[in-house]
Amino acid sequence: MSVDLKLVEAKQMIAPPSPSFSIWDWMRKNLFNTWYNMLLTLLAGGLLISIGYTTLTWVLTEAQWAVIGDNYKLFMVGQYPITALWRIWSALAILTFMFGISAGTFKGTMLRLSYILSAIYLIHIVAPFTANTSKIWLTAQLVMLVFSYFIGAKIPYSKRINIVGWAISIPIVLLFIHGFGILPAIRTNVWNGLMLTLMLAAVAIILSFPIGILLALGRTSKLPVIKYFCVGYIELIRGIPLITIFFMAQVLLPLFLPTGLTIDNVMRVMLGATFFTAAYMAENVRGGLQSIPNGQYEAAKTIGLNPVQTTTFIILPQALRAIIPTIVGQSISMFKDTSLVAIVGLVDLLGIAQSVKSNPDFLGRHMEVYVFIAFVYWVIAYSMSYSSRRIEKSLGVGER
Amino acid sequence: MRNSKRIFKFLLWLTLLGGIFLVGCADDTISADPETDVDETDPASDTEEGDTLATILDRGYVIVGGNNQLPGFGYLNSDGEYEGFDIDFGKTLAAAIFDDPEAIEVRPLSAQERFTALQTGEVDVLIRNTTWTLDRDVALGTNFTPTTFYDGQGIMVRSDSGITSLEELEGARIGVETGTTTESNLADQFRKYGITYEQVLFDDSDAVVEAYESGNIDAWTTDKSGLVSRQATLANPDQHIILEENLSKEPLGPTVRHGDDQWFDIVKWVTLATIEAEELGITSENIEDFLGSEDPVVRRFMGEEGELGQMLGIDDEFAIRVITHVGNYQEIYDRNLGPDTIFNLDRGLNDLYTDGGILYSPPFR
Repeated sequence: MSVDLKLVEAKQMIAPPSPSFSIWDWMRKNLFNTWYNMLLTLLAGGLLISIGYTTLTWVLTEAQWAVIGDNYKLFMVGQYPITALWRIWSALAILTFMFGISAGTFKGTMLRLSYILSAIYLIHIVAPFTANTSKIWLTAQLVMLVFSYFIGAKIPYSKRINIVGWAISIPIVLLFIHGFGILPAIRTNVWNGLMLTLMLAAVAIILSFPIGILLALGRTSKLPVIKYFCVGYIELIRGIPLITIFFMAQVLLPLFLPTGLTIDNVMRVMLGATFFTAAYMAENVRGGLQSIPNGQYEAAKTIGLNPVQTTTFIILPQALRAIIPTIVGQSISMFKDTSLVAIVGLVDLLGIAQSVKSNPDFLGRHMEVYVFIAFVYWVIAYSMSYSSRRIEKSLGVGER
Repeated sequence: MRNSKRIFKFLLWLTLLGGIFLVGCADDTISADPETDVDETDPASDTEEGDTLATILDRGYVIVGGNNQLPGFGYLNSDGEYEGFDIDFGKTLAAAIFDDPEAIEVRPLSAQERFTALQTGEVDVLIRNTTWTLDRDVALGTNFTPTTFYDGQGIMVRSDSGITSLEELEGARIGVETGTTTESNLADQFRKYGITYEQVLFDDSDAVVEAYESGNIDAWTTDKSGLVSRQATLANPDQHIILEENLSKEPLGPTVRHGDDQWFDIVKWVTLATIEAEELGITSENIEDFLGSEDPVVRRFMGEEGELGQMLGIDDEFAIRVITHVGNYQEIYDRNLGPDTIFNLDRGLNDLYTDGGILYSPPFR
């Protein structure tokens, strides 16, 4: 405490006079301080204004955004039957509920993210192209979010409830979307659009995590068979481009499967994406493992922990904490890489975009379509990187 | 402590070995099965009749390998349903087999994976603007059923350029999509005529059109149906013309895999039924009038005489089903490419032989 106080005092003593925050002052000091800076500023400024002007005129006057509004359902859930849309809404409601609970429990990052989520819901409620039934569902989601937030904030043991809740909710969500014989089955060929993109990314990211950890531990193992198997797997997969893996999953895998056994093509791509991400995840985790000083192992040994305990309770938690930024980076790139499945015939967000722009009613509207999906990708990817920055901050990664 | 370390290692080993063992098992079952071995060595057993049809009947719907991004031929409408010329021919099969045109699943396929998907049985039939060539017919193990659309590569130029024939394109900058047959056709034809030109390569058709509209290139080339569909979306469609000449022959039609002649026949004759119906003047509107007709040709076609459907292994009334649910060739053409659509594509070669085209159905008897 006293050290802190001294630091504060020291900072105050050497602190510069607080600068007057006038924009003109700042500009004069930074943009127009020498003749060449002035020239550069004017050039760059002119360029920015002209680009901004043409972009804005296009967005506001030339672009015909009807193509987005008319096909909005397609972009979001694709061909999923309208009569079964309640299942997606219910699945979303479950996720929203868990999101609210987490926001109430952990506040901080989750709370910020739930602001983004509510903003997205709100925009869709007021948007003119949203169908009335969808507006009701969206309002329900919003109410659900607020309601569950207060539940999360009030009830005790909510951290445990969080873990159990998320673990239970994922199978329920899949049950709603797929059916699994309890609800009428919905074939995966109608799982399209943003829904497919998010599901592919979620499956690949969630499943690749445990596999990646096992591979990383295997690679650092002293047993030669395990070690070289893991090394071989990781190096093989990392040496192959993702698109090749997708092609192999889509085109070659059926050739190798025994006759009669077929795996759904969406599942095949999910498997391919998972195994691909797992190899990269393994290398990230291995980086984390290597960052743990030997002293940690020795200290664990001295207090009598066995290797399993050491790994689970001492090494992994520290290693994983250190690699949060890389994991999130990996997740973002996996999320964007899912767009490659459009090349192997799956209709994800990009695939839907390509199909919509081929509709004779909307021929020539490809710019609008691509700008829109780029925006969707950006919103999601940015939310992910934003939350990773917040988590890093709250965990104090890099400040040890 | 040592013990638990050993247990940990042992467990890791077990999981890995288990995985390897499972993979190995899957391989074993294939090679250990004597019947499968026979299949591989004896091509005759591959031609077992009715395999595909039985699978389809069992499954309850036809899986059609299609294109989901070709205007007029295959795309998603705003209701999330596949529409287009190629899709309609997929629906004729569903109508013939199940009396329900919606009993299809469209599997969007890229140009690269389409033949593998057909060979592996992922799709029952490939109807995806696929050009019939000897190489594909033989080497890829596919059978091409009658051509549903005769296309040809063409060139679009601005009408104020004064160009009206290939020879006048001397020295022009011509845009083409990279990696397509159109690229090599262009080179072949211009070399044949000894015309020098500047080839400008683009990654996709949108980029070619963009460059053409902005005046970066003087002309661009792709299949004529593609040129026509694009012309409608240009700022001033009247200011562009498509040259008469064809740079290539592009017969497009449904494709099935080698080895199931019954299914090949079904796809062939269901496709031909649409053409025969147009020739007989039967449409989905007036088909009632033809029921109980005196004309033996019509009677046989409609399944009122003979057992043509049964010979194929489907219902005798398959032609009626196809016409009622999907329509004859003209109806399919007009719905997707005809005067009421933005394409307004001239029938040209795709007209009946009686009207100056080359569509000709062998007799239904």
